[in-house]
This record gives sequence, C-alpha cells and structure tokens, in this order.
Amino acid sequence: MAELLRTHPLQAWAGAFERLPDTVRLTAEPYVAMVDVRLSAVGAEASAALGLDLPTAANTWVPTDDGRAVWLGPDEWLLTSTTEAPEELEARVRAAVLPLGGSAADVSAQRIGLRLTGARVRDVLATGCSIDLHPRVFGRGRSAQTTLGQAGVVLLSLSDGGDDHVVLVRSSFAGYLADWLLDAALEFTPTTARQE
Amino acid sequence: MQLIPCPWCGPREEAEFSYGGQAHVPYPDSPAELSDEEWAHYVFFRANPKGRFAERWNHGAGCRRWFNAIRDTATYRFERVYRLDDPKPGVTELARSREEGTAP
Ligand SMILES: [Zn+2]
Repeated sequence: MAELLRTHPLQAWAGAFERLPDTVRLTAEPYVAMVDVRLSAVGAEASAALGLDLPTAANTWVPTDDGRAVWLGPDEWLLTSTTEAPEELEARVRAAVLPLGGSAADVSAQRIGLRLTGARVRDVLATGCSIDLHPRVFGRGRSAQTTLGQAGVVLLSLSDGGDDHVVLVRSSFAGYLADWLLDAALEFTPTTARQE
Repeated sequence: MQLIPCPWCGPREEAEFSYGGQAHVPYPDSPAELSDEEWAHYVFFRANPKGRFAERWNHGAGCRRWFNAIRDTATYRFERVYRLDDPKPGVTELARSREEGTAP
C-alpha cells in the first residue's frame, strides 16, 4: 500500500514565494491546532475556565499563551494553539465551555495560514479587498472576515505599521489564493528582483 | 461596488451579503389552525413597496449573522441597519438620522 505523506497545500508554491522581494514577502505558516468555539455568555466564568479572555469587540484578535483567539461573531471564536495537538486543544476547550452551555469543534484541517510581511503587502491586499487596511484603522489586534480576490479569508493584523498580516484561508482555496497573491504582488515587485 | 454596513463588521462589499426578504413577518400564533389560504399568505405574500422597506440580510462572507436593514427600494440606499433584537426604527427616527447625516 502506498504510504500517505502529509504535505502542505502550498508546498509547490515555496519556490515562487522565495523569489519575492522583501517588500512583499509570503510565507506559508506551519500547521496549528484550531478550534471553533460557540459560547453565548462570555464573562469571568468563561475566562477562568478557558484561562484567557475571549475578545468581545467585533473584528479583533488577542494573543494567547501559545496561539491566538480570534473574534468570528458575537458568540463565536477561533482558538489556535501551536503547542497542543488538535484533539488535545478540542478536548480542553470543550471541557471548559460545555458546562457554560458552549461547544467546541476541531477545525484544524479547515484553514491554513499565510504570513504576509513587508512594506508593500498592504497594497497587495488592497487590490483584492475592500476593507480599510490603513494601520490607523487596521493596526495590531484587528481582524476581518472578508473576501480576498474570490476567496473567503480571515485577515489578522500583526503590527501597527501595516506591514505584517496573517491570512487564514480554507486549504482547498490556498492554491488559488497563492496564485492570486503572486499575481497581485507582481505590480509591487521591482523587475530586477524577478528572475525566471 | 456598493458597500453595505454590517452592524457587526462595518462597511463591506455587497457581494459578501445575501438577501433574506421582508423583515418583521410574524410567525402565526397557532399555525395548525390556519386555513390553506391564510398559510399561503404567511409563506408567500410579501410587501413590495417603492421606497423604504425593512429587510433581512445575512453577512455570509463575514460574521455570518442575520441583521435587519431599512433600504430604499427605489434608490438602493441603506438608511439604517440594526440587529435582530433591536426594534424596527420609526419613520420620524429615520427622518431625523437623515437630517443629522447619521444614516449609514
Ligand atoms: Zn458582519
């Protein structure tokens, strides 16, 4: 029987990403465990059970001990962890929110992360996204669920300079989005740095 | 593309939303007692005004929440968006927010 190896959906794009200039840098983020949390009442009880304060402001994210907590809706969050296995994270979060009437579902396989860094990534994103990305509005801690090109994404801002973002995209859309980003980046890539 | 102000996410492209028809259509108190005609009226009959219309919208590509909006069907202008648990804004309230320029 053939051995099934786990490969990253963007493995084939690594070479193209490497040829990009520092002003528009794309990096596929390693796999992380992700859990979708539904919880209607957020308060001290939930914070104590989870060991973190879920962000209640719309379109924000907060760093946690080993990951991020992203607002997805008034009663929905995405929790990520770089150290826990998906089933560990799911079991821990479920045990914490179940007594409060909430639920947790492992969605680790749903999305992958793409890190966008550099002085021009904001311009690249702006070519396919209608939200205001200026750091005054979209600084560190802001997030948005929106469409980038034709793909639905979760966009996270990691810096107050507007030069560091993470795009969470469905794995099956990752190839499309990578192609789209490379094409959009072309405009902001000096010709000398482009080698075929 | 027109931007629609989601009550949670703020202004987003119209393509991120889907339309849910007339808002504030009450579910019948005792559906089992309705005649076929009354039931048909509840299921199929909707207002079709020219002008302000209270509608349901869903922000499918964003927060995936339903909300209500007052939209002018002649101009496509969104005069007000509000959450499902907010009351339907009255005519005077809408007129005031238009004068003060606080309409979205
Ligand atoms: Zn929304």
